[in-house]
Amino acid sequence: MTTILTVDDSTSMRQMVSFTLKEAGYDVVEAKDGVDGLSKAKNSKFNLIITDVNMPEMDGISLVKALRAITRYKFTPILLLTTEAGPDIKQEGKAAGATGWLVKPFNPDQLLNTIVKVVG
Amino acid sequence: MSALETVDVNTNYDVGEGAENQYLTFMLMGEEYGVDILRVQEIRCWQTVTTLPNAPVYVKGVVNIRGSIVPVVDLRMRFGMEEVEYTPVTVVIVVKVLNEEGRERVMGVVVDTVSDTYIIPEENMKPAPEFGDSIDLTCVKGLATVNDNMLILLDIDRLLNSDELTVLERG
Amino acid sequence: MTIDLSQFHAIFLEESFEGLQVMESSLLNMIEGETDVDIINNIFRAAHSIKGGSATFGFSNVAALTHVLETLLDEFRSDKRIVTKDLISLLLESVDCVRDMLSAIQDGGKYNESSAIEVQNKLQQVLTGEILSINNPDEAEEIESDVQGWRILFSPYPSMLQNGNDPFRIIREIQSLGSVKIEVDLEKLPILAELDPEDCYLSWEILLHAAVSKDEINEVFEWVIDDCDLKIEPIGSDVVIQDTDNEIIEEMLSTAANARDDVVKGDQESESLSRLSPEVKHKRTTNSGSIRVGIDKVDEMINMVSELVITQSMLGQLGEDFTMVDIEKLKEGLCQLERNTRELQESVMRIRMLPISFVFNRFPRMIRDLSNELGKQVELRLSGEQTEVDKTVMEKIGDPLIHLVRNSLDHGLEKPDIRVANGKPEIGILHLNAYHKGGSIIIEISDDGAGLDRDKIRNKAIQNGLIADDDILTDEKIYDLIFQAGFSTADQVSDVSGRGVGMDVVRKNIRELGGSIVIKSTPGEGSKITIHLPLTLAIMDGQLVRVGDEIYIIPLVSIIESLQIKPEKVKSITGKMELYKLREEYLNITRLYQLFTLTPDSEDINDGLLVVVEGDGAKVGLYVDELLGQQQVVIKSLETNYKHINGVSGATILGDGTVAMILDVPGLIAISKDRAENTVERVA
Repeated sequence: MTTILTVDDSTSMRQMVSFTLKEAGYDVVEAKDGVDGLSKAKNSKFNLIITDVNMPEMDGISLVKALRAITRYKFTPILLLTTEAGPDIKQEGKAAGATGWLVKPFNPDQLLNTIVKVVG
Repeated sequence: MSALETVDVNTNYDVGEGAENQYLTFMLMGEEYGVDILRVQEIRCWQTVTTLPNAPVYVKGVVNIRGSIVPVVDLRMRFGMEEVEYTPVTVVIVVKVLNEEGRERVMGVVVDTVSDTYIIPEENMKPAPEFGDSIDLTCVKGLATVNDNMLILLDIDRLLNSDELTVLERG
Repeated sequence: MTIDLSQFHAIFLEESFEGLQVMESSLLNMIEGETDVDIINNIFRAAHSIKGGSATFGFSNVAALTHVLETLLDEFRSDKRIVTKDLISLLLESVDCVRDMLSAIQDGGKYNESSAIEVQNKLQQVLTGEILSINNPDEAEEIESDVQGWRILFSPYPSMLQNGNDPFRIIREIQSLGSVKIEVDLEKLPILAELDPEDCYLSWEILLHAAVSKDEINEVFEWVIDDCDLKIEPIGSDVVIQDTDNEIIEEMLSTAANARDDVVKGDQESESLSRLSPEVKHKRTTNSGSIRVGIDKVDEMINMVSELVITQSMLGQLGEDFTMVDIEKLKEGLCQLERNTRELQESVMRIRMLPISFVFNRFPRMIRDLSNELGKQVELRLSGEQTEVDKTVMEKIGDPLIHLVRNSLDHGLEKPDIRVANGKPEIGILHLNAYHKGGSIIIEISDDGAGLDRDKIRNKAIQNGLIADDDILTDEKIYDLIFQAGFSTADQVSDVSGRGVGMDVVRKNIRELGGSIVIKSTPGEGSKITIHLPLTLAIMDGQLVRVGDEIYIIPLVSIIESLQIKPEKVKSITGKMELYKLREEYLNITRLYQLFTLTPDSEDINDGLLVVVEGDGAKVGLYVDELLGQQQVVIKSLETNYKHINGVSGATILGDGTVAMILDVPGLIAISKDRAENTVERVA
C-alpha cells in the first residue's frame, strides 16, 4: 500500500489533504510541522511526502533537506505545498531536493491528479 | 438500592397500539384519579427520599433514578388531604411533565395504590363543575364515568408546574 | 471524486481565529521603527495560513485581503519598509476585518463589506506600485494551431533522480497527451564498473503527435526544468509518428519501478510501523463545541485504561474463589483501583483544560484601543497565563473579565495629569494574574488607580433605594453594593463600561460557575478584584457532614477548618446572634438546621461541630452534628427536574445510591448575613 506523509501546521489544510488521499485509498499519516514530520518519517517509511513550506519549528525547505540526508528518502518524491508560486521558492525548494510543488489553492481533484502522477 | 423495585408499565398494564386517550388510574383516599398514560415513565415502590431544604410540604424530597435527581411530590398533601404513613406498598408514579416552554421534567408522585388503565374517548369526558373558590380545580382536565365509578382526570402539567415547583429565579 | 470541502470549514475557522489572535498579540508587541524578525515571521505565518486555507476552501474575499496583508508583511520582513505606528494600526484594523469576515462565514451572517474594501484599499495605497492581484491575469495562450505534434529532446542531468523525480513518470505523462514515439539514447551509459546507480545516464527523444500547446508540454516538465536539457520543437504535419508499442513502454516502466523498489528495500524498516502512528480524527460540525486534544494526552489515557483493565482482571480473579486469606490482596487491589480511577479521571478532566491565555490574550488589544479612546496611559501586566481552566469556565468567564477590566480602565485608572498631580507615575498599571490555589483558580485584576469612591457608591445606592440614608455600612458592605442589581452609576455611563452588562450580571455569571468575587479597594491606591473559580464543573472534592438525618456536602475548597466548639469562645450579641471567637476574629455561627428547618441531634452548641467556611470574601461557622468522610462527588443539577434552592448548588449521588445536597457556601453566607441583620434590626 502506498503510504503518504502529509506535513502542515494548518489543521484544516492537513485534514483536507489527508481526507482526500484516504478517500482515494492511500494510507496517510499526518504531521503538524517539520520536526514532527521528520520524526515520523524516521520512524517509518513513506512512498511520498507532501509538505507545507511555511511552518513553525522546522519549515518545509529544511524538512526536505533533512529528509534527503536520510538514505531511504534519497529518491522518495517530496512535494511542496506552497502559496508562493514565484520562482524564488521553487528554486529554493528544488535546491533543497524537493521533487515538485503544488500551488495553493488547489482542489481535491487537482491534488489527486498530481499525486497519481507521482505515485500511481 | 436493593429495596428498589421497578414495575414496567408496559408489561403490567395492557397498553395497546392506540395509547391515545388511555389513562392510568390510581387511588387517593378512595377516589380514583387518572393521568395520561403516555406521560407515565415508570411505577416504583416508595423509597426513602432526601429532603429538600425549605421546600413546600408536599415536595417530599428527591430520589436518584438512574443518575437523575428526581423530585417526589405527595399528591395527598398536594391536594390538602389527610396524610397517611407510607408503607412498602406505597407507590410512586414517575411522570414526564412539560412546562410552558415545552421543557420536559421528570417527577415522581406518591399515590395510595395504582388501580387500572382505561381508554376514555374525548367525548366521554365531562367538565368538572364550578365550585367557586373553595376547591382548586384548575388541574382537573375532566371527569369520566367507568363502571359507575367516577374518574378524575388530571392535567399533570398544570398540577406539577405550580409556582412552588417552577420558580427558577435565583436569590 | 467529489469531496465536500465544507466539512473542513469549522476547523479552518477555528485555527484562523487562533491565527488572528496570534497576529493581534504579535502586532501589539511590534515597536515602531524596529523589525523584530521573530514577531514579523509569526504574523506572516498566521496570515499566510489563513490565506492558503481561505483560498483553498473558497473564501476568496478573505484570501484577497490576507494576500495584500501578507505582501505588506513581506516588505517588513525583507526590510523594504519600516514599521510605523500607523501601519501597526492599519494591520490591526485588517485583523479585525478578517475576523469579521470569518465570523460572517461562521454564523452565515454578513460582514461589513464597505470597511473591508476600505481597509483593502488602504493597504493597497500603502503598497502602490506592487502587483496586487491575487490571480495572475490569464496570459494569452500561445496557440499554434497548425502544429501537428512536437519533438521533445529530454536529457536529464545525472542528478535528476536525487530529487525524487522519475523520468518514466514524465514520459508516462507525455504519453497521456497523445500518441508517442520514443527513442532512448544510451550513449552516455558507462560500463558497469563505472555506473553509479544513483545517476541518470539516459536521454530520450519523444515524438508526440497531439494537438497540444507548448505550455501543456512544459507543464509536464515543470518540476525538472532545471534538472535537464529540454528542447521542444514543433513538427509539421508531414511527419508521421509511429506509436511506440504501449507494451514496451509499460515494460520499461515496470522494470524501472521494480529497480526503484529494490533500492528502497535495501534499507527498509517495517512498513507496518507507519500504521501504528496514532491518529485522532476530528469530526466537527460548526456548532457543537469541540476541543483539540494532543495525542500525548490521549496516549496517556490509553495507558491508564490499560492499567485499569489489568486491575479489573486482577480483582476479578481474586473474586473467583475468595477466602479471608486474600483480604490483604483485595485491599491492595482496591487501592490500586482507586488510584487508577483517580488518575484516569484527572487526565480526562485535563482534556477540558485550556490555558487562560485564551482569555488574557484579548486584553492587550482592548487596552490599547481603550486607553487611546480614554486618553489614559496604561501598562498591562499579565501573569499566570499558562494557568489551565476548564473550557466551559473559560467560555463563561471571558465577558465578565472584559467588563471588569473595562471598569478598571474607565473608573479606576486616572488620566495622566491627575496621576502626576497626585504624585503617581504617569502610566497606570493594570495587572491580570491567574493561579491555582487548592482546587480553585484565582483570577486577580488589580490597578493602581483611584480606588472605589465610597461616598459616590453610597449616594448612588441611597438614590436607587438599595440602602436607607441612615444605614451605617462597612467598607466591605459598600463595595459589595456595586454588585447589586439596580446599582448603576448611570450619570457617568461612558461608551466604555456603560455598554453591556452590569456588575450584578458579572457576579451572577461567576456564581453560576460556582465561583465568587471579592473587591478590595484603597482610596488613592487602587483596587483589586479577586475571582475564585472551581477547577472543573463536573466533579469536586467534598466534605460530608450530617445534620439530623440528612447528609450534606460542603465543597472542600470553601472549608478553612473544622473545629470542636469550645463553650467559652461562643459569644452572643443581644442574646440572639451567636458569634464564635476564632483566634482574632469573630465568626457568625450559622446553625444549618435552622436555615434548612431540620431536627438536629442536639440544639446544644457544645454537642456539635463548627465548619468554618469562606465565600465571597466572608467567613461563617456552620454548625453541624457530625463530620463524615471526604470524597469526590459528581455534581448533578437540581434544576433539571426541580428548581434552584437557596443555599444549595446542586446534588450528588452517594455510594449507596441516595441523593445528597451540595451546599452553596457563598449563598449560605448571604442567607446567614440577612438573618443576622434581621435579628439585629429587630432587636434595635
